[in-house]
Amino acid sequence: MNSAAQYDVAIIGAGLSGLAAGIRLAHFGRKVCIFERHNAVGGLNGFYSHGGRKFDVGLHAVTNFVPPGTKGTPLGKILRQLRIEREEFALCPQNGSRVAFGPAGAAQLRFTNDFAVLEGEVVRQFPGEIDGFRRIARHVRESPLGGGPAGSARTFLRGHLRDPLLEDMLLCPLMFYGSAREDDMDLGQFAIMFRALYLEGFARPLGGVRVMMRVLLEKYREAGGERRMKCGVRRIIAHDGRAEALVLDSGEEVRATQVLSSAGAAETAALMGEPAAPARTLGYVETIAVLDRQPAALGWGQDTIVFFNDSERFTYRNPDNQVDLRSGIICFPNNFQYGPGRELGEGFFRVTCLADYGSWAGLPPARYQADKRDWFPRIQASAERFLPPLPEPGALERATIATDMFTPTTVERYTGHYRGAIYGAPAKHPDGRTALANLFLCGTDQGMLGIVGAMLSGISIANQHLLQPAGAAA
Amino acid sequence: MTNDECKKAVLDIIADIAPDEDLTNVKPDVRLRDQLQLDSMDFLDIVMELRKRHGVEVPEADYGQLASLDSCAAYLTPKFNAVAAKG
Repeated sequence: MNSAAQYDVAIIGAGLSGLAAGIRLAHFGRKVCIFERHNAVGGLNGFYSHGGRKFDVGLHAVTNFVPPGTKGTPLGKILRQLRIEREEFALCPQNGSRVAFGPAGAAQLRFTNDFAVLEGEVVRQFPGEIDGFRRIARHVRESPLGGGPAGSARTFLRGHLRDPLLEDMLLCPLMFYGSAREDDMDLGQFAIMFRALYLEGFARPLGGVRVMMRVLLEKYREAGGERRMKCGVRRIIAHDGRAEALVLDSGEEVRATQVLSSAGAAETAALMGEPAAPARTLGYVETIAVLDRQPAALGWGQDTIVFFNDSERFTYRNPDNQVDLRSGIICFPNNFQYGPGRELGEGFFRVTCLADYGSWAGLPPARYQADKRDWFPRIQASAERFLPPLPEPGALERATIATDMFTPTTVERYTGHYRGAIYGAPAKHPDGRTALANLFLCGTDQGMLGIVGAMLSGISIANQHLLQPAGAAA
Repeated sequence: MTNDECKKAVLDIIADIAPDEDLTNVKPDVRLRDQLQLDSMDFLDIVMELRKRHGVEVPEADYGQLASLDSCAAYLTPKFNAVAAKG
């Protein structure tokens, strides 16, 4: 025997899926350790400090928000399975969001956490489509929380809607917030996202994603889970179809009866010495402007999220160019119902657009920085077309006290996900199985996306493969 | 332990794993699944808590015995008492 550390379960990656799985396993008495290469937890939903401020990486809004007491929802399932009290996540509902299409956003659909608002918008603006829209909503309500049958969301929508504008306007937020597939969505994923955004809704803790992270870390620690930071897994040693040991970046070897990887399918295969060409994935850039006032004080109103598209059709594809300015997401983290006297001390104006990893990767550092500086105002200007006009020219620049921007290469650098793919590869692995009998996937490549999806992914793979009695020998 | 104490022990566990459920009117002879939002994973949690809190093991083949409070009591009370007797 050597003296290698021995665990029941080793988890690769301290993002939301790995932490949620870790909590489940630790609750059940498993000796579990999470290995994270980065010095911070969170993965694709992490946060970082820059110029003395903390920024959220992924989080625009937590989806799937339902009022207390709502039964049988994904959020309820997570709280229950992780033994988290609702209040601990401190979720505050959104003000309201909208989809704005056309060169100046003339076509609009508002939606809030009350589904009747979106229904009313469809009645007013697409009166001939309301019956089809209600059939779509019924299909989603009757789908299992896990999504239901596979297929094409566009084909499904065309069976119920005649106007391609409504089809695109409904799909735009759902794709931006949770599709790894270009141009279309998997029908099951469509049902998950329709529920997450339209039937349920958006919320955010005043303190951002780190509030939720702290809760997860605390639960994990209390349950006896171990965590090793700045301690990446460099290699998985396989023997006889099983993962036998993990080699850490330090060269240290660790043994585990079962291994759960949130690194991604191709990334995990590479750890096993089977590198594959990365799949065609979707990347994003985001501009963040910190303002010396609330966004409303710039005349921008109370919108929480604005999904925009200036073209006749909505194109959800990897762009040929560094950034696709035609469409995007505006997020105002200030515009949630935080309660009387509670607000973010500074204003935030975040804009996210599709970006091509290939044209950002490999640039010389000076060129990369110059390209970021070049795109920053163009991305903001593209978004401003869909907001009320500023009181006077230059008002945004004058109100801006700090900026930051990330590209697909930033995401790749900090998360290890190839090409900075926020939603993983288009091909998903719903059952989490891999070529090795005791190695499972959770996270984006398993298939559940977003903050709630990530936690559900970790929970369901832990439940399905690591906690069932057959595997309960420990 | 009596059957009623056993039912209370089970309800205490359910109250912890499903804090959003109202447990005041759970009917002992009706399947728990039919009156509460409990899925198979929640039953896994119940089994885990029985082991952790009370040292009572429920093999997978017997999960069906946990269907209602009455069947829980019939199946678990002897096990509780066996654990207590072993001290």
